[in-house]
Amino acid sequence: MINTEIIRKDFPMLDNKKMAGKPLVYLDNSATTFKPNRVIDAINDFYHNYTSNIHRGEYELSQKADNAYDSVRGIVGRLINCSEKEVIFTSGATNSLNIVAYSYGLQNLKEGDEILLTLAEHASNVLPWFDVAKRTGAVINYIPLDEEGRLTPEGLKSVISEKTKIVAFASVTNVLGFIADVKELCRIAHQYGAIAVVDGAQSTAHIKTDVKDWDCDFLAFSAHKMCGPSGVGVLYGKKEILDAMVPFTYGGGSNARFEADGTVILKDAPEKFESGTPDMEGVIGLGAAVKYISSVGLDNIYEHEKQLRDYVVRKIKELGNVEIYNEHGDTGIIALNVKDIFAQDAASYIGSQGIAVRSGNHCAKMLHNVIGVTETIRASFYFYNTYEDADRLVEALKNCTIENCIGIFF
Amino acid sequence: MILREILLDHYEYPHNHKLTDSPDFREAHMASESCIDDIRVQAKIEDGVIEDIRFDGRACTISTASTSMMTDLVKGKTIEQAKEIMDNYFAMIDGREFDETILDEAIALQGVSKQANRIKCATIGWHGLEKLIAESEEDNDGK
Repeated sequence: MINTEIIRKDFPMLDNKKMAGKPLVYLDNSATTFKPNRVIDAINDFYHNYTSNIHRGEYELSQKADNAYDSVRGIVGRLINCSEKEVIFTSGATNSLNIVAYSYGLQNLKEGDEILLTLAEHASNVLPWFDVAKRTGAVINYIPLDEEGRLTPEGLKSVISEKTKIVAFASVTNVLGFIADVKELCRIAHQYGAIAVVDGAQSTAHIKTDVKDWDCDFLAFSAHKMCGPSGVGVLYGKKEILDAMVPFTYGGGSNARFEADGTVILKDAPEKFESGTPDMEGVIGLGAAVKYISSVGLDNIYEHEKQLRDYVVRKIKELGNVEIYNEHGDTGIIALNVKDIFAQDAASYIGSQGIAVRSGNHCAKMLHNVIGVTETIRASFYFYNTYEDADRLVEALKNCTIENCIGIFF
Repeated sequence: MILREILLDHYEYPHNHKLTDSPDFREAHMASESCIDDIRVQAKIEDGVIEDIRFDGRACTISTASTSMMTDLVKGKTIEQAKEIMDNYFAMIDGREFDETILDEAIALQGVSKQANRIKCATIGWHGLEKLIAESEEDNDGK
């Protein structure tokens, strides 16, 4: 059980902030989350007390930075159940997925090979594959989703073949918030000799991740969606796959030595993928964030989100003027529209009531083929949201008439 | 009518809201400014006069109403007159001084200047017109 009254004290952004003159209700957690003091303090501590470059200095300050930075691999490893050698720090889930596409994909795909995606994927798990397909002659196909927009093992089974080399999908989708059966999907992919690439941007902070149990080959996620800083993320890859991959960015830190004749000796994974001075304070902040959400407990987080979602969905349905596109979603994400009102107009009105929600297509630009609309409002709850937050949203939706949407401009 | 009714009216019953296949019209497809609005503006510009102008597409209240008002304001005007209207409109949306008498009903959109995240909505159709005028001027320079 989560006591939001206590939890909220950890977050400066939840301390009596106002928006449009009203107490702020933040329901855009799928876009980014607020940061607890422990994360902010960890980053400040690096700036205030031990700023130095990692893996380069023989002096005490630099060793302190080395230890702080390197220890985060283990912290992340314990969160997702992998070895620290399998944790690559990146600039975020987008960067992580691009590494998979351009390092693994370009190296291993050839003409006629198939990449399987879904129409619910975020741009960052689609566009790199479009480009890699173009360069290699591989083809992209889509796993059919069920009538609610859910990715199922049956859907994958209906299209996968020996030609399939990559199956890439989100463990939790970013508009509909369905949890995929990652373990079963990976098992099916492996049965056909394909690798499974999991976009965990919307799942790592919301449900338990166990890459060993899932048996996924890659997992990508971002720190800022899990109470950590922006600009940093993780790519998990199975050790043997990482060892066989060559990086697609080069520079300092990733190599042991190089010579004028072009000889380069790369370091082992994960270092060979981390050229250049990394986002050190970001990684340290990520470590603090992982510790923080682990202390709250992912089971508790999931349970809280689920209870809030069930409550708010029930309340919204009573209104009658709102269409929900993922009534049976699994996480704190609710996709909806106020009937006959353009999503952006409604979101502006809701914003004028102090409530932050997102409108648009949420970078899942192919999803309209499934849900039949291009724009939705997305309200996304997290463990620090309360029933009062839910009530405020319901109230704003109730009053969301076209007159009120226009009224904000006068 | 009070201003908010004017705005609502232009949204619910937009003027000049029908595209044409006529080859006499130029078209600007405005879809890259944001991932939400997607409109087309068409204008028939001859001898420096905007003889006809139309639009359609997927758009919010502000995009629809602002483009509808724009078509009313510039239809039948010379390019020079249209430019003066545009300058004043953009000034209003930027929160700068402008001539109210020139903008007629479009002053209903003055409040958008205080909602920074909706300025793109209030200008998308107008930028379409700007593009069409620039293209027509380039063509004439080439002649």
